[in-house]
Amino acid sequence: MAVISYREALRAAMREELKRDDKVVIMGEEVAQFNGAYKVTEGLLKEFGPKRIVDTPISEAGFIGLGIGASMLGIRPVMELMFWSFSYVAFDQIVNNAGNIRYMSGGLINCPIVIRGPGNGGTNVGATHSHTPEAILASHPGIKVVCPATPYDAKGLLKAAIRDNDPVYVMENTILYNDKGEVPDEDYIVPLGVADVKRVGTDLTIVAHGRAVITSLKAAEILEQEHGVSVEVVDLRSIRPLDEETILASVRKTHRALLVEENKPFCGVDAQVAYLIQSKAFDELDAPIHRVSSIDAPQIYCKRMEDQQLPDVNRVVREALKVLA
Amino acid sequence: MAKPAVLTHPESLKRPAGPSEYAKDPVNAALTKAEKIALYTKMARIRHFEQRCIRIYQQGKIGGFLHLYVGQEAVAAGTISLLGKHDHLITGYRDHGHGLMVGMGMNECMAELTGRVTGCSQGKGGSMHYFAPDKNYWGGHGIVGGQAPLGTGLAYAVKYMGQKGSCLVYMGDGAVNQGAVHEAYNLASLWDLPVIFVVENNGYSMGTSQERSTAHPGCLAKRAEGYNMAWDVINGHDVYEVRAKTAIALKRAHEESKPTVLEIFTYRYFGHSMADPDKTYRDKEEIKEYREKKDPVLAFEQELLREKVLTPELSLKINEEAMAEADKAAIFADESPDPTVADITKHIYWEEDNRGPKTTSRGTIIFE
Repeated sequence: MAVISYREALRAAMREELKRDDKVVIMGEEVAQFNGAYKVTEGLLKEFGPKRIVDTPISEAGFIGLGIGASMLGIRPVMELMFWSFSYVAFDQIVNNAGNIRYMSGGLINCPIVIRGPGNGGTNVGATHSHTPEAILASHPGIKVVCPATPYDAKGLLKAAIRDNDPVYVMENTILYNDKGEVPDEDYIVPLGVADVKRVGTDLTIVAHGRAVITSLKAAEILEQEHGVSVEVVDLRSIRPLDEETILASVRKTHRALLVEENKPFCGVDAQVAYLIQSKAFDELDAPIHRVSSIDAPQIYCKRMEDQQLPDVNRVVREALKVLA
Repeated sequence: MAKPAVLTHPESLKRPAGPSEYAKDPVNAALTKAEKIALYTKMARIRHFEQRCIRIYQQGKIGGFLHLYVGQEAVAAGTISLLGKHDHLITGYRDHGHGLMVGMGMNECMAELTGRVTGCSQGKGGSMHYFAPDKNYWGGHGIVGGQAPLGTGLAYAVKYMGQKGSCLVYMGDGAVNQGAVHEAYNLASLWDLPVIFVVENNGYSMGTSQERSTAHPGCLAKRAEGYNMAWDVINGHDVYEVRAKTAIALKRAHEESKPTVLEIFTYRYFGHSMADPDKTYRDKEEIKEYREKKDPVLAFEQELLREKVLTPELSLKINEEAMAEADKAAIFADESPDPTVADITKHIYWEEDNRGPKTTSRGTIIFE
């Protein structure tokens, strides 16, 4: 098993799927000649040529819509958004067209498209480039959303997304691109809708997704070392479909839940998770559910403040101790 | 305020309908008598289907919006009659005419309007969302101009797969001001895609005339020049002219893989939708003028009578049969069952409808 970065894992997923299926096409701004704005697609143009790796103009509604149309005829486009923030100018295509076409056609038309790219704050680029739209998009039936936190999951989820016959939106995180982890050399996928217990514990369940998983794992370590608390960390990996059983099983074991995400709090993913827990495991709870989200404001530019706006290890530890009190 | 540019109409549109100067165009001369009768029959079927819809709407059986194609029949008929195996089409919400032209049945179309499970989309799409992908018809789209990138993508797929084909992307004149249309124009030209953008110009984007909505250099199609694309204007009241000029664009798509913008001048006799009382933005006289002097179905009937392809008796029979077919479809729609509550959550995800060991999804995907 090789130790590779999150970025390399994504690239490996695309390479393998490009080789496996000649209908797979990589498309986006700067993905080919420039080798990717974040170098995720580096080397793919050289290996697969311009028919498979396609540079687009800065025209998200146009090229995303084009990819959706092509997918209806059986092409399997993997579209890169330089930031998920840019999806907002293509929202009609992403939501109305990709998300509704199967339903409105009574199942006659499928849309096997993947849209991927970073959707995160924390990079000191201001409010227009720091959106985390997983909750917004996952609130539309017809759409699937996944948020990998590790290189293993990044590769496995992206490969599953490419093979999936529905629109799957993969939200990555630029801060994780250099994180390294073990990734098998052989072919594997991580099915959509399967959460992963990243750390086993008995006193408190932390449910998180994306980079909040990494933050929560660090907090769990501190909680164990400094407070003698055993924390279980459940990584959702997939927002829709959602692995409700793994969340509930953990809560039934620990009887306490803290939900951590980098979204803003209002109608965040964890609002849904909190509803799930109180609805299906209310009697199991020994304390109210708490949440840690980003501070509810457009993303601030000032780096020192942005680091505090996002959930950090200290805030997670503080909130965990409240749930445990 | 600067005076708006006057629209440049095709010469043939300036005269009342008369013998078509395109009758002898090769694509029309090549039509057999039977093919001409079939083309006329299809136009008549669209006319009578749509007129039957008005009654059903007025009976309260059709919900939401109903955008009628009456007056515009020659556009769908002329263009679609030219298409082959690898030619695809996609349109906006005024989509019934295109559906009937590609061969959708009146029954499934009517039942979709009344929200029945026997409808083409099983009662899940409605008037604005007809689909028949088995007939290369990809909808039926509700958001103005939103289908333009999709159609460009269909053409991209045709080219990617090495097929000699195209995609016709229909839109109304109101769509030309949408950003998605301009982005599609750019991509189609930049990547040499076999797309034909068909602007069905019926004069009004809902209740707003061209003069009040669109800055243009004489016609809407000419905007193609800004994207280095070919363009043409067509009299949409003459099905022969529609065929003749669309054939040129189709050849360009098939043989050079190049896009075209066609602006087809046409006219709708009813409001934007049935929800539009049609009393505020145009004169009744204007509608009367078009109905009496430029009606595309009547004009083609006259053409075929002159050619002695049709007789008055045959024409009457065709029209009576189309009316009877529409009546039967109305009964079919009436008698068909609704979808069930359980049907509401089907057809959302392929993976969910086909869940098994080989599918890629687990977990909860439909929430309570």
